[in-house]
Amino acid sequence: MNGIHDMGGMHGFGRVEREKNEPVFHAAWEARVLGISRACSAQQLFNIDESRHAIERMAPLDYLGSSYYERWLDRNVRLLVEKGVITREELQRRMAQLAGGPDPAPPHRDPKLLDRMLRATKERTPYRQPGPPPRFETGERVLTRSDAPVGHTRLPRYARGKPGVIARVHGSFIFPDTNAHGQGEQPHALYSVRFDAAELWGASAEPRAPVHLDLWERYLGPAAPARSTT
Amino acid sequence: MSGAHDEHGHHHHEPESVLSLRVRALESLLVEKKLVSSEAVDRIVGAYEEDIGPHNGAKVVARAWVDPSYRQRLLADGTTAIEELGFGGVDLRVVENTPGVHNLVVCTLCSCYPHALIGLPPVWYKSFEYRSRAVREPRVVLHEFGVDLPESVEIRIWDSSAELRYLVLPERPAGTEGLSEAALAELVTRDAMIGVAVVRPPAAAAR
Repeated sequence: MNGIHDMGGMHGFGRVEREKNEPVFHAAWEARVLGISRACSAQQLFNIDESRHAIERMAPLDYLGSSYYERWLDRNVRLLVEKGVITREELQRRMAQLAGGPDPAPPHRDPKLLDRMLRATKERTPYRQPGPPPRFETGERVLTRSDAPVGHTRLPRYARGKPGVIARVHGSFIFPDTNAHGQGEQPHALYSVRFDAAELWGASAEPRAPVHLDLWERYLGPAAPARSTT
Repeated sequence: MSGAHDEHGHHHHEPESVLSLRVRALESLLVEKKLVSSEAVDRIVGAYEEDIGPHNGAKVVARAWVDPSYRQRLLADGTTAIEELGFGGVDLRVVENTPGVHNLVVCTLCSCYPHALIGLPPVWYKSFEYRSRAVREPRVVLHEFGVDLPESVEIRIWDSSAELRYLVLPERPAGTEGLSEAALAELVTRDAMIGVAVVRPPAAAAR
């Protein structure tokens, strides 16, 4: 989708501002949002691609006007409502209850959930899955697709319709464009593709500043054959 | 930074208490439905506050500096090599700085970052400013971080667009030949492993 989240190469944002001695969280609620999100993932209430796409579907002005963990909270509520886990009315009612008194939810213990969440920070990620053999090899020239899909994709706008070179074959990974939309994991080849800065940014490109992207084979076609000189 | 943000890069649509209340209500509902336990949330938050941080990645870097065969394994297959040191949770690609190449990591589409090795990303890494500009004008961005590289040095930008994470293996600073692995790890900063800083020798780092 041509989303507001797809920011690579946009003009108009200012200096990168840094905070000295930045804390891990800036408010207690941010930490809870992170923990709740990790728990929802461990419970497989939504997958990583649905999760990213939910944030991409925020109205652009809301996206720009929200802090990072506000976007995460919006994502959690949006997906849990869409999947029928909670309703917005239920959430409103619970907010009113909590504002006026103690938490009505009985405590819940789940040591296995805790184990799964902690293991997820240590174990290999499950995104690498067997798929068909790769079509391209290292050193081959490719051209990225130039279309603008309506749904989720990990091919950024700045790299659409651009020539690049396969820098590495990563293996077969779950395909976000289908996995975000309930259309299956469809694992297939993922590549590191190198793009020269001048191909991406034209005359304003900085010297010697190539960009590497990790791109699925379905984003790529063979480079246009060299023009015949006859 | 626009006027819509306060000094922490945050924008508050509504009073903090309402946001906080909404989060508490969400947690309460999920606990009631037995999908989340508050203990699990406490523990994962604690893990990110206490255990999972740049000191992990610094151990990997220091090992690569003192052990050439580990360095080779790390660059060839980061995912497997970090498991030797007890780390994981990530498909990892390690990219090495050399006199002629400087690496810079960004995620233009969201906020992909090697959590297991360097913790949760700082606000600036997730900012619109960094995400929009790091790919297009890396030398200007690096200058803002105090890193000025000659034009002869290639800057390789790694835009983390898939389920692989990137860690920069910085150059070992001169004058550190006598330091132990643990002392070397002390020199390695989060920013150096993202590529927005270089590792400085101990005298400079102490200043």
